[in-house]
Amino acid sequence: MELVEAIILSVLAASTPLLIAATGELVAERSGVLNLGVEGMMIVGAACGFADAWLTGSILVGALFGIVAGTLMSLVFAVMALGLAVNQVATGLALTILGIGLSGLIGAGFVGERITPAAHLIIPGLTDVPLIGRVLFGQDAFVYFSIALIIGVWWFLYRTRAGLILRACGDNHVSAHALGYPVLRIRTLAVMFGGACAGLAGAYLPLAYTPFFIPGMTAGRGWIALALVVFSSWRPGRLVVGAYLFGAATILQLHAQGWGVGIPSQFMSALPYLATVIVLVLLSRARTGGSTAPAALGTVFVPDR
Amino acid sequence: MRKSLLALAAGLLLAGSVGAASAADKLKVGFIYLGPIGDLGWTYQHELARQALVKELGDKIETTYLENVPEGPDAERAIEQLVRAGNKLIFTTSFGYMDPTLKVAKKYPNVHFEHATGYKRNTNMSTYSAKWYQGRYIQGLIAAKMSKSGVLGYIGSFPIPEVVSGINATILAAQTINPNIKVKIIWANTWFDPGKEADAAKALIDQGADVIMQHTDSPAAMQIASERGKLAFGQDSEMIKFGPKTQLTSILDTWGPYYIERVKAELAGTWKSEDTWGGLDSHMFAMAPYTNMPDDVKKIAEDAQAAITAGKLHPFKCPVTGQDGKPVECKGGDHLDDGQILGMNFYVKGIEDKLPGK
Repeated sequence: MELVEAIILSVLAASTPLLIAATGELVAERSGVLNLGVEGMMIVGAACGFADAWLTGSILVGALFGIVAGTLMSLVFAVMALGLAVNQVATGLALTILGIGLSGLIGAGFVGERITPAAHLIIPGLTDVPLIGRVLFGQDAFVYFSIALIIGVWWFLYRTRAGLILRACGDNHVSAHALGYPVLRIRTLAVMFGGACAGLAGAYLPLAYTPFFIPGMTAGRGWIALALVVFSSWRPGRLVVGAYLFGAATILQLHAQGWGVGIPSQFMSALPYLATVIVLVLLSRARTGGSTAPAALGTVFVPDR
Repeated sequence: MRKSLLALAAGLLLAGSVGAASAADKLKVGFIYLGPIGDLGWTYQHELARQALVKELGDKIETTYLENVPEGPDAERAIEQLVRAGNKLIFTTSFGYMDPTLKVAKKYPNVHFEHATGYKRNTNMSTYSAKWYQGRYIQGLIAAKMSKSGVLGYIGSFPIPEVVSGINATILAAQTINPNIKVKIIWANTWFDPGKEADAAKALIDQGADVIMQHTDSPAAMQIASERGKLAFGQDSEMIKFGPKTQLTSILDTWGPYYIERVKAELAGTWKSEDTWGGLDSHMFAMAPYTNMPDDVKKIAEDAQAAITAGKLHPFKCPVTGQDGKPVECKGGDHLDDGQILGMNFYVKGIEDKLPGK
């Protein structure tokens, strides 16, 4: 039982940055903007988050600066891709390259420094309950925040008028514009939200996961977050399933190796990706399924004035 | 007025040409790095070696390095760029640069190349690597002594001979202390992903391992071991600040002496293509101080280090029994020969896991 608990704890930790980054990107894509720069925004968030947490000694300040850094990065994207109507794919890729360079620069002085990682919740009595205690009541704030975030985004997208308008921009920007909605402003806000989430997801790595900073420490998690958005067919509920499934497959394949299950490790390493694809293919074949990609996703919008 | 201007111009020209001449006289040495120099591991150690080189021969040489050069076609461009910039001796410091280096070497026969950890050579291209398995053997002794659970955890990067021979050397050493020692092996299939390395360390500890060994590059595993009150070994670099009560020792890549020797040869005009595979005896790597262990364990480690350095102890002393229970052919007299170790693709007896791809 202890092992089961340990595995669940590792899965939660591994899934959290994916969930946060993917949630932000989901909102951006729902507004019709494809920002491939998630990895770049994450790594800058990681560098800034760590640097500030180290300087101030506060995880909260680190997380906030991670968010600010991610948002600033996304503004660069917004100016190019929305303001100047540059191709979104190219701009997003450039943002990633820029981010990797910037993070090295920002983080250079902090490589090898250590901080005390984000504290885990302890509620005497509850946290000690076997099996579920530490899983439900013993996480760090990032984990709880990620759950609140995705619920909030679901509520916003499907239960509020603003969410409806945002989705309308993503599905048909011309109509939304004709109805008088400020498409570019809405998209800019959505992109900034995506940047903030990516920055926070990046900051999670050096602040809670592995409490030190090294250039390149996001190691492709931004790309996985992007893929999760597609696999979730742009639905928050499926995004949660995808993120946890991915985390679970990652952790379980490591355990399977430790147990000596005689399957090649290279295949095991690919398993999380395979599992995510398979389950989400099954999901989208279900009755309510079908891809719901925003119709205007990735297309440039230049309003006639 | 005009005269003085002319004199001034002539003086400037002269100064300029003298400057140029002295710069041209200096031997230009280039380095290609895989990662950022701040990675605390592989690239960082090469950079420390370059700094040692500059400290030793700085008045005779000029060094340049390119960081973050991906392995593959980009590397070829980067290496050629160093050639065009006038570098006469170029160190390419990762296995994946092997073919790109060879390609550029064939194109520029007057430039000398040094490739780390590869096996392809040319008249103007040397290779160099270290016998890390010697250090792994010492770690195996320490691990078996220090483990209470009798289960060691090993994080592998890729199942290549360098890593496999490290695992085998570790377990052979550990068996001399505790014949029933177990090792759990997790392949990360990456050299560098702190998150995944941490996850692998967690999985190993959750499954009962109490000494963690790694062949991946970040200090994440050390940090997890430290958090959980277990023991661990560093990799490439000193990692004790990530686990002051955790690190037992670490294999330190110390390329400095080799770089200095090769540059001296180049300066003296005696450089020639060679294959260097050095161990503790030639200072190609070193062991970090033995910490967090009782004196008797420390003594075992120090004695083994001395014996290996003196050539009295070989980690792959025959007979070596393979996983299938059959003795491995002994090609090197009383130990496996270098070729067998460099191409090692089997597990020794006592490892219950299956080697990927076998």
